Amino acid sequence: MGLFDSLKRGLERSREAINEVFYFGGEVDEGFWEDLEDTLVMADMGAEISQQVTDDLRDEAARRNLTTAPALRRALAERLERVFAAPAADPFRDTPSCVLFVGINGAGKTTTVGKIASAEAARGGRVVIGSADTFRAAAIEQLDVWGQRAGVPVVKRERGSDPASVCFDVLDEAERSGRDLVLIDTAGRLHTSPELMRELAKVVNVTRKRAASMKTGPMAVRVILVIDAATGQNGLNQALEFNEALGLDGIILTKLDGTAKGGIAFAVAARLKLPIVRVGVGEQVDDLQAFDAHDFARALVGGE
Amino acid sequence: MFNSLSDRLTETLDRLRGKGKLTEADITSAMRDIRMALLEADVNFKVVRDFVAATKERCMTAEVLESLTPAQNVVKIVLDELTELLGGTESKLVLSSRIPNVIMLVGLQGSGKTTAAAKLAYLLKKQGKSPLLAAGDVYRPAAADQLATLAGEIGVPVFRGDGAHPVAIAEGAVREAVDTMRDVVIVDTAGRLQIDEQMMQEAVDIKRAVKPDQVLMVVDAMTGQDIVNVVSTFAERTDFDGVIISKLDGDARGGGALSVRAVTGKPIKFASVGEKPDALEVFSPERMAKRILGMGDVIGIIEKAQEMADAEQIEAAERMLRDGFTMNDMLDQMRAVKKMGGMSKILGMLPGGQKALNQMGGSMDEGIFDKNEAMILSMTKEERDRPSIINGQRRARIARGSGTNPSDVNALMKQWGEMNKMMGRMRSMTNQMSGGRGKKGKKGKRGKKMRMPGLPGMGGMDMNQLMGGLGGRGTGGSDMELLRQMEQQMKRK
Repeated sequence: MGLFDSLKRGLERSREAINEVFYFGGEVDEGFWEDLEDTLVMADMGAEISQQVTDDLRDEAARRNLTTAPALRRALAERLERVFAAPAADPFRDTPSCVLFVGINGAGKTTTVGKIASAEAARGGRVVIGSADTFRAAAIEQLDVWGQRAGVPVVKRERGSDPASVCFDVLDEAERSGRDLVLIDTAGRLHTSPELMRELAKVVNVTRKRAASMKTGPMAVRVILVIDAATGQNGLNQALEFNEALGLDGIILTKLDGTAKGGIAFAVAARLKLPIVRVGVGEQVDDLQAFDAHDFARALVGGE
Repeated sequence: MFNSLSDRLTETLDRLRGKGKLTEADITSAMRDIRMALLEADVNFKVVRDFVAATKERCMTAEVLESLTPAQNVVKIVLDELTELLGGTESKLVLSSRIPNVIMLVGLQGSGKTTAAAKLAYLLKKQGKSPLLAAGDVYRPAAADQLATLAGEIGVPVFRGDGAHPVAIAEGAVREAVDTMRDVVIVDTAGRLQIDEQMMQEAVDIKRAVKPDQVLMVVDAMTGQDIVNVVSTFAERTDFDGVIISKLDGDARGGGALSVRAVTGKPIKFASVGEKPDALEVFSPERMAKRILGMGDVIGIIEKAQEMADAEQIEAAERMLRDGFTMNDMLDQMRAVKKMGGMSKILGMLPGGQKALNQMGGSMDEGIFDKNEAMILSMTKEERDRPSIINGQRRARIARGSGTNPSDVNALMKQWGEMNKMMGRMRSMTNQMSGGRGKKGKKGKRGKKMRMPGLPGMGGMDMNQLMGGLGGRGTGGSDMELLRQMEQQMKRK
């Protein structure tokens, strides 16, 4: 199944909602625009962005004399697509690469690390996992299971040990065994806790320093924020805080297989100009897919 | 994005003053602000629509329109309506007389069920129950290990069964509880999407098998608009009895909570506010309503301060009243503030505090604490006990010793002076109170004592300096201003 199809499946509900708006009979009236704005709000895009997008589309409709549903639909898709940053290098394919996964508790970091390790190892990637979530009970064991499934070594220390030292260890291991894709899971934390954010900044700094002095040549370090698609407007605060503390390189949007619309991705992408590197559209390993802004917007809006 | 609906409403309605009377159009404009605020707080869009319509009607009465302070009236109505919508009063967890009681937790992946299970067990244990945890999540790798580890930390047993069949595990746990004389069984279950028919059926099967006295749904405070779809399906299939709202220690407004209550009518029973096992609180609708509106959480601060006020500190407060305020006291208080999560956190809970905080760039320079600490630690024992002996020469020495400037030491001394003055005022207040009763008024004094150690703590740092951006309140008396503000808030309750 192609990306477009699974995205379409994942976004079916939201597309239905938007379709309803487009099946208006006759003229485009005030009610149409109100419904449209409400639908965008319902998709978690945020009241402000929704209003802005609707107003823009309204201007465009007047300017280009768009009066039919398909034409407006296309214009809306284009408008939404423009919000996303141009795709940068794929952090998991553009090796050597060391990727740190950060985010709040329960966003799906550990599962994402496991899935990416499986997918990349299956493609013949030389992957190693670092288990730097030394705080949550059984996080290390959870990652171990994923490591076994993927046939990827997991570098770990005891629960409660310094997460930065795990990062150091895993880069040592990568250097020793010639692995060029390092995936590091970190402990979930709320962005409102200054101490925990400082701890994470230290982890990232240590990793950056160590990765710069690899014997096999410097390794790029990327910090990826994992966000649950069901997240509301607080997702923007999360992204801003994590970005400020760590300097983010991209976003992974998880759990898009429910009825959640993932509209917060628009808000974050619009504000931070960050690329979305993967989206999770199901529980299986290959349900974690590359993100395509065009497909995403098209699937969300509907039509061909 | 704005932070406080009350600030914004005041602004909107203030502009309309001088017109003598508010019109329907003015109220409509205020309602637009309310709508935006609620949407930004993730309250479901349909709930917002109904809520705004109902509130508007209440605001359209002559009482509000012609009052001298329409903004406050509108805010009050909004707050009342919101509180009502959130359930009005606290809904406690009621256990039946059946032994063992069974509590089952359900929810989406990553909402925090396993953690909530352990916190709930801890809470019940503190209440004298003997809970047993059942590890019913057999899908997520190491979920049972996680529960076992958390349970080990709080000294509660875990029933893991065969680790493969959730229904059998739940049943086995109930039998185990009977055999080992445990009176409450808490069944943790796997996270599931509400559209995953197979998994939803499993939840129904577990429920049918163990007939829980309470089914609680764990909902992430950060969830957006989709929460409505999620909870209505869960309500339909598992018919849960109440909600635990998790991750409320972040800065999410938690509008989802409001939506849950409005859509399903199920009460919110607990709120999880931290990572430690004791961070599960009984949910308070009014406090939640204030949070959604960005109105600050003064009661929260006071409760928090009270929690911190252990016996030792109460004793210290008594001594302070008797002998005056020393540098050691100041040091203790600064450390206490740090323990409460730092100045930013406390300020963030105050009305308008979040706004002030944002003006200062989202966070405060907590470094002032370290600086003050260094200065106090550079004082001799005598200087700390009697700061009044610190003369120019001593100040220079303290500055050298702590790597600061004499002007920093001067600022610290000035701050101490103000604190000491305030202490004097409190002393005379306490004396008056106890004087009236002849003997030491135990009850009256107790209440005071409980609150005291936290409140002076607020003044323990240089508020003038730290809160310089707070509406140019000028110098001096900021501490008192803050106290007065808090007092007023308390009275208004």
